[in-house]
Amino acid sequence: MFEHDVLIIGAGLAGMRAAVEAVNRGANAAVITKVHPVRSHSNAAQGGINAALTDRGDDWTDHALETVRGSDYLADQDAVEVMCSEAGAALIELEHMGVVFSRDEHGKLGTRRFGGQKAARTFFVGAITGQAILHVLYEQLIKANVRVYEEWFVTSLIVEDGVCRGAVTLDIRTGELHTIRAKAVINCAGGAGRVYEPSTNALICTGDGYALAYRAGAPLMDMEMVQYHPTTLASNGVLISEAARGEGGYLLNSKGDRFMLRYAPEYKELASRDVVSRSEQTEINEGRGIDGTVLLDVRHLGRKVVEEKLGYLQEVAHDFMGIDLAEQPIPVRPGMHYMMGGIKTDINGATSVPGLYAAGEVANVSVHGGNRLGANSLLDTVVFGRRSALAAIEYGKSAGAGSRNEDLLASEKKRIQALLDRPKGLRSASVRRELAETMHSHVAVFRDQQGMERAAAKVKELKRAYGKVAVDDKGKVFNTDLIFALELRNVIDTAEAICASALTRKESRGAHYRVDMKKRDDANWLKHILVRQSAADGDPKIDTAPVTITRWQPVERKY
Amino acid sequence: MQATVRIRRFNPEQPANNGKFQEFKLDVPDSTTVLDALIKVREDVDGTLGVRCSCRASICGSCGMRVNGQAKLACKTKIADVSRHGEPITVEPMGNMPVVKDLITDMKVFWDKLRQVEPYLQPEGPAPKGEYIASDESMNHLVGVMNCIMCGACVSDCTVLAVDKNFIAPAALAKAYRFVADPRDSRTSQRLGVLNESGGVWDCVRCMYCVEVCPKGVAPMERIMKMRDLAMEAGYNNTPGARHTESFASSVKSDGLLNETKLAIDSTGIFNIPGQLAQAPVAVRALLRGKLPPLFGHKIKARKQIKRVFEKVEGQE
Repeated sequence: MFEHDVLIIGAGLAGMRAAVEAVNRGANAAVITKVHPVRSHSNAAQGGINAALTDRGDDWTDHALETVRGSDYLADQDAVEVMCSEAGAALIELEHMGVVFSRDEHGKLGTRRFGGQKAARTFFVGAITGQAILHVLYEQLIKANVRVYEEWFVTSLIVEDGVCRGAVTLDIRTGELHTIRAKAVINCAGGAGRVYEPSTNALICTGDGYALAYRAGAPLMDMEMVQYHPTTLASNGVLISEAARGEGGYLLNSKGDRFMLRYAPEYKELASRDVVSRSEQTEINEGRGIDGTVLLDVRHLGRKVVEEKLGYLQEVAHDFMGIDLAEQPIPVRPGMHYMMGGIKTDINGATSVPGLYAAGEVANVSVHGGNRLGANSLLDTVVFGRRSALAAIEYGKSAGAGSRNEDLLASEKKRIQALLDRPKGLRSASVRRELAETMHSHVAVFRDQQGMERAAAKVKELKRAYGKVAVDDKGKVFNTDLIFALELRNVIDTAEAICASALTRKESRGAHYRVDMKKRDDANWLKHILVRQSAADGDPKIDTAPVTITRWQPVERKY
Repeated sequence: MQATVRIRRFNPEQPANNGKFQEFKLDVPDSTTVLDALIKVREDVDGTLGVRCSCRASICGSCGMRVNGQAKLACKTKIADVSRHGEPITVEPMGNMPVVKDLITDMKVFWDKLRQVEPYLQPEGPAPKGEYIASDESMNHLVGVMNCIMCGACVSDCTVLAVDKNFIAPAALAKAYRFVADPRDSRTSQRLGVLNESGGVWDCVRCMYCVEVCPKGVAPMERIMKMRDLAMEAGYNNTPGARHTESFASSVKSDGLLNETKLAIDSTGIFNIPGQLAQAPVAVRALLRGKLPPLFGHKIKARKQIKRVFEKVEGQE
């Protein structure tokens, strides 16, 4: 058994930011991560990080208003105020840590414009902003000498008398299970891209954090809000950053029209992501696409801009499509990208379960509501990663001692042994693919009652089928076959929460667009949808909570 | 298209087939990458295959491995590019690291070397209120190094590390350069001093493999060469490497060609008597085989022009 003040699950930006804060404040904090920290999916954030810096005439309240509008008024405005007002300090702190942000001609931080925003307030490192920040936070992790349980997998959270006290974990290298007790746990386990196929997300984004909290009784909030990014590769779902449009790229249909001029006359290609994705899908559905895609064109920006500011995009276009972006437009389509929904937390990362905190994509504070603005996710991770560490340390001081029993360890050992002992059965990869393709068909850019019901039924069927999943690999050392089977359960539980929430929201708002209920309905649905797994029957139970409105009354969104 | 993938297997719990290749024949689309093929094997054929992978887009650095004997990022390597006529491709774990299982290596040595170079920014004094002022060129230059995704390909194929475990190796040295060249870092000279020691920048033999195998264009060897220059500029001249560099340049500058005898003596250090004596047997063997270079080097006729070239280049710097 291992013991810590604070146990942080996940070593992406939120997790590492929390860990550095906790250790630098003298807490005995440790990080557990199923991959080495620099393999985390924060890497894939390309375009930048938003912050309104007052010394260049920007105002955080403008940033906040645009975030609230982007969210289709579903974000909690107190949380948005926290994020946007702390953004400048968080950004400068990253710069001081060593992030090699692009500069202007005076040597100060340079910006580009991003979607849903009038001001250019997105700070960036080429098209590798996430990678550049992730690696610098890893440098800080080394500097602070943080204990990392590297390539360890969390199988379940320990909750005793309704209080979270740590986790049961699997050391992937040895195959041994261990209890890690902690006064507080911060869940920073990241997104759930593998619930969909295709997705921009990495193979590791299996909804672990949502499922751990869901099964521990913590409500997930607004899980129906799944972002489809407007520009992903048709072949394999890989992301082409919004930076391409931020630098001035066009979207064209099969007739060569810049169709966004019709859908969003003012913001054009830089309308919010839900709007652009719907516009693209409409063009495709109405026969103005090209084999299910539209074209992203950056030729007019010139080779210098393409290579210096969009270098990684150029690399991806070349590697996967054989396309030189300076010479040729690239076919793209909307692809599943980000979960706005997540574990419900307050502005300090506290969930409804004492001792359990959450930050980053897996959390829903909520600052993104129905639709996240590009470059607000990196900001979310560092602001709330830090805040959750402060709150977790404070909570830990009076958390009291939990038990030292190993009951959960024993039952998890039994569960995993049963999975290993099952001689033959379903392959986890094929179950996941079936589920993920169903989600992409029915709970995507355009939704309706019938399709969502069909998805929910499929998820329910596969949840039952999970009991028949077997693994080829019966060994202990680096048994990834076993890990995939354990992850599959998380994928299924996350899908269940998404479907239950999506079926509940009887309106269109943000990324949740119903062709059978096209209007936003503030009178009935300006509220959060909560879902938790019933301890009694394991089924999803729905609840609602009010949206916090501080200074911006909901009005119709126009871009 | 048909693809044949031969994978070197290793499982510490079932050692019978360790080191042997297992062949898989797959029907795949033309654009298939090596990683796609491995995932297909793992998902549909043999779930016991051990391979690390995550992003599929050459940004997480998980899938470093050897394809046809050379370190590559599997997600960035199309099968059609390494098997032009459909011949089988071989896939093996990276080199210079112990294997954990199949294509999964223990990268401890990689991370330990990274820690060795104090891989974090160390600015002078209290931080400014706003950002540090730095030129866009300087930051853009560092982006080239920050492109490193720590996949391990350069370390896998480093020919020095294969014979000298003490060598800090290309990835960590490139990381060191990221701080040496960062205008915000205050410990440039100290860093160069450490890198000037055994295992550091002078131990690279310039085989170029790291440049060739790096999937992200980081060009570690070029960063190492740059740090040699910077170390000498910072006054770290008293190493065999620095003396070698200076002797090489000065002999070409004055004579128009290399004086090998002088180079050997200078590199070892004129006052390094034991070092000079240690070279004697080599000299004797060379003499017996008629390979001993002349004691006093030849000079070419056009040496004045060579000298002018030097002066022009030095003037530009």
